[in-house]
Amino acid sequence: MSDIFPKWTNHLPLQVAVGALLLGSAVVAGAWYYLTPAYANVGYQPIQPVAFSHEIHAGQLGVDCRYCHSAVEKSWYSNIPSASTCMNCHSQVLKDDPKLALVRESALSGKPIPWIQVHKVPDYVYFNHSVHVNRGVSCVKCHGNVNHLDEVRQEKPLTMTFCLDCHRNPAANIRDLDKITDLDWKPSDPNFQKNHGKELVKEWHVESLQNCSACHR
Amino acid sequence: MAEQTNLKLAPPPRSLERIPLVQNNRSIGWISDQIAQIAEGKTPMWWWLAFIPSILLATMLFVMLAYLVSTGVGVWGPGHPVMWGWAIINFVWWIGIGHAGTLISAILFLLRQKWRTAVNRAAEAMTIFAVMCAGIFPVVHIGRVWFGYWLFPLPNSNSIWPQFRSPLMWDVFAVSTYFTVSALFWYIGLVPDLAVMRDRAKTKIRKFAYGLFSLGWTGSNRHWSNYEKAYLILAGLSTPLVLSVHSIVSLDFAVSQLPGWHTTIFPPYFVAGAVFSGFGMVLTLLIPLRTICKLEDVITMRHIDLMCKVTLATGSIVGYAYGMEFFIAWYGGNPFERTIFMNRAFGTFWWGYWTMIACNVVFPQLFWIKKFRHNLLLVWILSIFVNIGMWFERFEIVVTSLYRDFIPANWGYFRPTWVDIATYMGTFGLFFTLFLLFLRFLPVIAISEVKGVTPQADPHHPLGGAKGGHH
Repeated sequence: MSDIFPKWTNHLPLQVAVGALLLGSAVVAGAWYYLTPAYANVGYQPIQPVAFSHEIHAGQLGVDCRYCHSAVEKSWYSNIPSASTCMNCHSQVLKDDPKLALVRESALSGKPIPWIQVHKVPDYVYFNHSVHVNRGVSCVKCHGNVNHLDEVRQEKPLTMTFCLDCHRNPAANIRDLDKITDLDWKPSDPNFQKNHGKELVKEWHVESLQNCSACHR
Repeated sequence: MAEQTNLKLAPPPRSLERIPLVQNNRSIGWISDQIAQIAEGKTPMWWWLAFIPSILLATMLFVMLAYLVSTGVGVWGPGHPVMWGWAIINFVWWIGIGHAGTLISAILFLLRQKWRTAVNRAAEAMTIFAVMCAGIFPVVHIGRVWFGYWLFPLPNSNSIWPQFRSPLMWDVFAVSTYFTVSALFWYIGLVPDLAVMRDRAKTKIRKFAYGLFSLGWTGSNRHWSNYEKAYLILAGLSTPLVLSVHSIVSLDFAVSQLPGWHTTIFPPYFVAGAVFSGFGMVLTLLIPLRTICKLEDVITMRHIDLMCKVTLATGSIVGYAYGMEFFIAWYGGNPFERTIFMNRAFGTFWWGYWTMIACNVVFPQLFWIKKFRHNLLLVWILSIFVNIGMWFERFEIVVTSLYRDFIPANWGYFRPTWVDIATYMGTFGLFFTLFLLFLRFLPVIAISEVKGVTPQADPHHPLGGAKGGHH
């Protein structure tokens, strides 16, 4: 019987093995990047037109979130304050600071400051701030400890899993309404959260819907 | 063993003699040559005449699928109130056809039906290609095909998980298991024959390709021993699949609460129908094949005769199921059930119902008569009728349970679109393209197995065993 395979095929098993290894590594690397929070924009921190520090305002000075984001309890949308809100204080505090030039200009002209949106869910997702805030979901759950962030960046992946983790277990994630904007609040002990969370779910009739059309309308 | 006895046994009467499975005392060498040469040498004219239209139709299929994916599933006919249309009909039809292959290759193997060896290879190929054609419909009907992987339980950042309580999900697993096991079974059976092709190969490429896929087969005792074990294991694995796959397909309907679908008879009735349609397709393919490729001595009239009998038996089971559906609709006393069945037979789509009855129940009864079973042209025409009938069966099941809802305001009609028709025609193109490629590249009959059932293979035969010298 003559040779079935030519000589070059002697190296074929090795080549196939190396090729499979490379391909396997590429798949692993791809999954590593595309299927992890890095791909979901965690850490996204655009350079804003005004270097506003949440750490100073919400952290050190203790301004309540709702002082600026005043519509969050009433609207689906958590508003970005207009410059006039800033000027409530800054007409007297640091009133000539060059870093605030754009704020003063905006307050004068009425032309909004072009903030760059950091937290964004896809267009096919309906998210209502007021529903969540009025049922004990703290700002910190989705936005992280912005009171310790100089400039805002995306802290959480905001993927569908992220939403569902809470929707499937609301009792572990909700708190009393007076603690909503207390971003550093922690339950005194785990049993408190367990029992109190359950009570709140019952009292408020928290449904935390999981059907598709709850969010995809 | 030199002693001879003087005991003479009278030969059995002619009527009791076994008809050999390979006729005309064909030698073992003739079997190799006759089967292997189909895939060797110059491509015959008849092959091109069949292949060119097939590949054109297959191209049309892919054009239609591209049109569907780029435009949306709205190009198909389903819509209120008939929300399931040709896609599921064609899916069930093709998957049903696939069942004969596994039945022949697995169940008949375990039952030691030696006649299966002449037809199992082609029937298994038919199974695999039919399952491919079937699989197209559920995959593309989801519209956004690039999300098809959501059907599998893969952890993902959307926390989406398949709904395991849905029979449509069971389908995914049933069909993909079926395809995998069938393909493996087919391939394992091919290994010794691929080695035959390798050893006969004239060109380097053929030698290389057959050499690669015959996995270094040398025909040693150890190879044969491992091969037989693997084959038996796969036969055992495939056997439940013959029954489970179409049972699960039937549950797509039976698990819902709709009159006409919500019946316990569906799983066995679907399995019988699947085997029935599968044998129909095997006959449709093999009757011309044995003539064109001059395989009359391997696929003999006895084989045709036996397959006709299976067709008759399963067709009669299907006929019984049709009758029983009506009986239960009456006996069950559910007015909706009764209405649906009266509508099925005498309503808007009466023509489909009676086509089905004629093709599936009435015509196959001709196979009771031996003369008809041996009339090749008649058998071939009836085998095509079987598949026309089985298509109409699925059409009747899908459409008549849907087109008249509980509320008369929802009543409607069903019409396929030209895309539906062209897609269905296109699957024939794909099927025959694949089948013709199979004919030209792989041994169409299991060479080694057929050799095993020749009279010469029996060591006690005058020409059989290792003759020559003392032993």
